[in-house]
Amino acid sequence: MRAEHPVIDVSALPGAAKPDPVLMIDSVTRSFGGLRAVDVEHLEFQRGWITGLIGPNGAGKTTLFNLITGFDRPNTGQWTFNGTPLSGLAAHQVARCGVVRTFQLTKALAKLTVLDNMRLAAPRQSGERFFGALLSSWGRQERAITEKAMDLLTRFRLDAKAGDLAGCLSGGQRKLLEMARALMMDPIVVMLDEPMAGVNPALTESLLQHVKSLREDGMTVVFVEHDMDVIRDISDWVVVMAQGRVIAEGRPDTLSSNKAVVDAYLGSHHDQALEFDAEGNPVGQTAQLAAEMHSELEAAIERGKGLSA
Amino acid sequence: MIDISTLLANGVAAAVGPSTIFFALLAIGLNIQFGYAGLLNFGQIGFALVGAYGMGIAVVHFGLPLWSGVLVGVLAGVVLALLLGIPTLRLRADYLAIVTIAAAEILRLITRSTSMTNFSGGTQGLTGYGQAFRQPSPFDNGRFYNVFGVRFLGQDLWSICVGWAVVGLSLILVFLLVRSPWGRVLKAIREDEDAARALGKNVFVYKMQALVLGGVFGAIGGIIFALTTQSLTPDFYSPPQTFFAYAALIIGGAARVFGPVIGSMIFWFVLSITDNFLRQATAGSNPLISFIDNQDVGAIRFILVGVGLALLMVFRPQGIFGNRSEVLLDAR
Repeated sequence: MRAEHPVIDVSALPGAAKPDPVLMIDSVTRSFGGLRAVDVEHLEFQRGWITGLIGPNGAGKTTLFNLITGFDRPNTGQWTFNGTPLSGLAAHQVARCGVVRTFQLTKALAKLTVLDNMRLAAPRQSGERFFGALLSSWGRQERAITEKAMDLLTRFRLDAKAGDLAGCLSGGQRKLLEMARALMMDPIVVMLDEPMAGVNPALTESLLQHVKSLREDGMTVVFVEHDMDVIRDISDWVVVMAQGRVIAEGRPDTLSSNKAVVDAYLGSHHDQALEFDAEGNPVGQTAQLAAEMHSELEAAIERGKGLSA
Repeated sequence: MIDISTLLANGVAAAVGPSTIFFALLAIGLNIQFGYAGLLNFGQIGFALVGAYGMGIAVVHFGLPLWSGVLVGVLAGVVLALLLGIPTLRLRADYLAIVTIAAAEILRLITRSTSMTNFSGGTQGLTGYGQAFRQPSPFDNGRFYNVFGVRFLGQDLWSICVGWAVVGLSLILVFLLVRSPWGRVLKAIREDEDAARALGKNVFVYKMQALVLGGVFGAIGGIIFALTTQSLTPDFYSPPQTFFAYAALIIGGAARVFGPVIGSMIFWFVLSITDNFLRQATAGSNPLISFIDNQDVGAIRFILVGVGLALLMVFRPQGIFGNRSEVLLDAR
């Protein structure tokens, strides 16, 4: 797989420059109240790669997705797609540029048929304008769109379901439909938010193959995922986020030895043995650690914030 | 005893009458907004008000010919939709509901206020705008005509003919729109507007188009009804009217082209039948039903219609025309 993409020498540092970046992000921040959900200084996504975006819960991955695709507004920062600025564009404008996303909780349009879900996504339909619907002859375009939709449904093995309401599909089939629907727009960058979440293992393999096939068709894929096996299997590059920041980047096989990554997932004291005396009170380094945690909690309560953040 | 033939004749007359036409047009508008686009417009009667008064004031106070008065009424509906839509359509769906119901009440109260008497006629109402409407009528205004055993006054028959022609044209327009890709985008927005956005659709523009189109149907309904009654009174445009139109829409089946019209016919047929039945059954010295006073009939028929609606929701939640499998998806 990876042999198709000559190993390019990219330094594995956060914010590393790529030879041919399709998306470039600069000093993007987004705060919710006092919480800085995203704080990315610089990040590039290489064209034609599958880039995995990982990080513990609350790391800001989905928020970053929302910002890039126009579903949320950043406090500061700008980002460009193929050199043209995307910042400030509305979600539908970003999608029309060729950066198409899917959602963590699938958004199949339940009361539309599977085929209508697909046809909806086709861009530049003359029958989609109010007067175009009444006055233009959109029938020919509709036939072309239907043909394209059926080809894609066949590729994703949903052609037998074309006439069913999308609400009748299983969770995995909805993920497939959402991916197929995104392809109706001929995207340049496909952003998949947890494409494997809630999918049974039998379907995971087929979904992975479909994600790989996007790269073979020349698309750039950015996806959020938790499963490390999936990340290792399909991604060319991995970006690790924690507490809103990019803490590491690199080839998937090098990340498990990266200290920052391990600390982000397991905590910086994860390899320290805990010691207790006979009464169950912490002693030695464990006592120090417990005292630190205690004072952090107290400080957080004094600042008047919840502990959940 | 109960006179069945009178009962049915009155029921049929109601089912094709001016009220049915009025509520069918309001419900056609709500069908675009609520049925297809998922917009909650609780102030549809306000659109009927601006349509009717827009026309009435333009003709009476500005001396415009009737046809341009009609145009003013329709434009008033467009303007109201834009005014209500611009601040609310980017927000969650419930804000539109709050703003529309409030706006409709504000419009009614302004229209009936004493400070507006010289302009809108206040509580005394407005007349003298619609004589031109009856000029092309082929029927004799004061004569009774017998149509399939149902008697209509000539002037009403003309209103009914014009009204149904407008309803028919509206249905053709709705049919052409909802089967087009435009209608598909509307349904997608109803299902999940973020998904529509992610697929490159400008959700705000589509919602605004739906709000304006539905509002125009409401304004046309108001205009047609005002031409039938030949007089306008502000308190006719009260909030329950909007919900009668919703009832008609739900009986017929939302997001179905014919749903609002059939629903409105059934609504007025049932209302007329129950009203006539109860009046006959409680009248006279030895009434069939002795525990209901003749005075209470007007209220009790609405109770019966309400019970009927509740039963419909239990046994046929999709309405007469609706697609059951679609409705059952919501229960998953």
